[in-house]
Amino acid sequence: MTDCFLKVENLARRYPGSKDGVALAVFEQVNFTIQKGEFVCIIGHSGCGKSTILNILAGLDQASAGAVIMDGREVAGTSLDRGVIFQNHSLLPWKSTLKNITFAVQARWPQWNKAQVLAHAHRYLGLVGLQGAEDRKPSQLSGGMRQRVGIARAFAIQPKLLLMDEPFGALDALTRGMIQEELVRVWEQTHQTVFMITHDVDEAILLADRVLLMTNGPRARVAESVVIDIPRPRDRSQIIHHPGYYPIRNHLVDFLVRRSKELAGGAHVPGTDSGDMSAAPRVVNPMLLSAGKPVIAGHAG
Amino acid sequence: MLSLPLRAAILSVVLLAVLLGAWELATQAPAGSVGARVPGPSKLFAHALQELSDPFYDAGPNDKGIGIQLAYSIGRVLAGYSLAALLAIPFGFVIGMSPMWRRALDPYIQVLKPISPLAWMPLALYIIKDSATSSIFVIFICSIWPMLINTAFGVASVRRDYINVARTHELSRFETATQVILPAAAPTILTGMRISIGISWLVIVAAEMLVGGTGIGYYVWNEWNNLNLSSVIFSILMIGVIGMLLDQLLARAQRLVQYVD
Repeated sequence: MTDCFLKVENLARRYPGSKDGVALAVFEQVNFTIQKGEFVCIIGHSGCGKSTILNILAGLDQASAGAVIMDGREVAGTSLDRGVIFQNHSLLPWKSTLKNITFAVQARWPQWNKAQVLAHAHRYLGLVGLQGAEDRKPSQLSGGMRQRVGIARAFAIQPKLLLMDEPFGALDALTRGMIQEELVRVWEQTHQTVFMITHDVDEAILLADRVLLMTNGPRARVAESVVIDIPRPRDRSQIIHHPGYYPIRNHLVDFLVRRSKELAGGAHVPGTDSGDMSAAPRVVNPMLLSAGKPVIAGHAG
Repeated sequence: MLSLPLRAAILSVVLLAVLLGAWELATQAPAGSVGARVPGPSKLFAHALQELSDPFYDAGPNDKGIGIQLAYSIGRVLAGYSLAALLAIPFGFVIGMSPMWRRALDPYIQVLKPISPLAWMPLALYIIKDSATSSIFVIFICSIWPMLINTAFGVASVRRDYINVARTHELSRFETATQVILPAAAPTILTGMRISIGISWLVIVAAEMLVGGTGIGYYVWNEWNNLNLSSVIFSILMIGVIGMLLDQLLARAQRLVQYVD
């Protein structure tokens, strides 16, 4: 499977051990792939290294072992091809809303003239419903509006891969719901490839094509790749009535509550003792659930 | 009920009246006394009017208007201060961005910083051989530290998030410095500049008393030698007013670069 857009191979992050020099692996043998245009969420308990994986994908952090290959090239360092939305919006507080976006657009397309930059920035501000807030500083915006500016900025530079580190983690539940819907809308218009960290199972089901499940650290792995086969466009109020919703939700919650612990510490998935096979997460489609036993659809490449 | 600022203003005026009244009473000569006395506000006011009516007259080395003397002092402060800023801000940037440089230079800064700027004066006079330039050097050496330390601190404590924004947007080192680090650190840098201008203005008076010739410090000392206390008190007030104006100037600049996180 060399045609996939992003390929993460045997990624590991180790810290030098405090005693006897044995390195402590936060995660190791992390393998997964993302197709072009796919929206992939990753869920796992705190400390399993999700943010580190995202930072490695962004080029902000380095892996101890393994490789990330995007578009046939190994990822090294940061790039405008990989946009990042951080948890705490990370807008530049001394710049206005508009300037926060134009600065990114200018960085992306230095050859553009002022009018082109402005038009592009306004388009993406409009996409997240922020017309009229152009001249306000981030401190004059609500938390939800700030995060929307962050989303507009990240989408505006049209990265090949968009990375989101719990983008709604700091928002209250109501705002969070609204912005999730906005994100769904923007994503459906752009079909941007997205890799997103979340703690929220419902958020993952609403947004993702696939959810990667990580076992607990240390030595965390991506154990499963859960297919979310609910048709789009999805709607927050309608999605819960889809017959597949609760089987998926139960599967994800069950993993987080029970199995993430059982599989922790590099325990092998039963029936896949060969080291090579255990590397790839098993693909699960809970919608095909029969008698409470998840159907294993095969191995991801 | 009057607004708070108005009430505060009324209180200020009342305090001034009380103060001036007490001062005037305390300096009234009892009938028949002959000793020299500190001039009262009325006398001072008359003197101030006379000085301010022609602040820039020049009647020889020992008789210049208050405006000329202040201009000399302000000129020296600005010269020494600008030189210090020109050096301290780029250096502070380097120190702030490089943990190695920070560690390497820290002992020097720690030792040089607490030295009274006037202690440099003999050395400066010996090397520079010019009293006016020496006082500029003294201003330079006293104003460089707060700017250097604040710039380094401001640059070193720029939030990681902002640096990451610069990195993910592929900004060059120069763009990162000018577009992200400088605006992020600007309020801290301006705080250092504001501290420095305050110290410079304190030090110039002492430096000019020491080297003489021109400037407000020299003027105060000269008037003391002339036993012209009205002039001395008037100069003290003028030093205060100019110091306040310099501080306000920097405060305004600081407000321009301030941002709410």
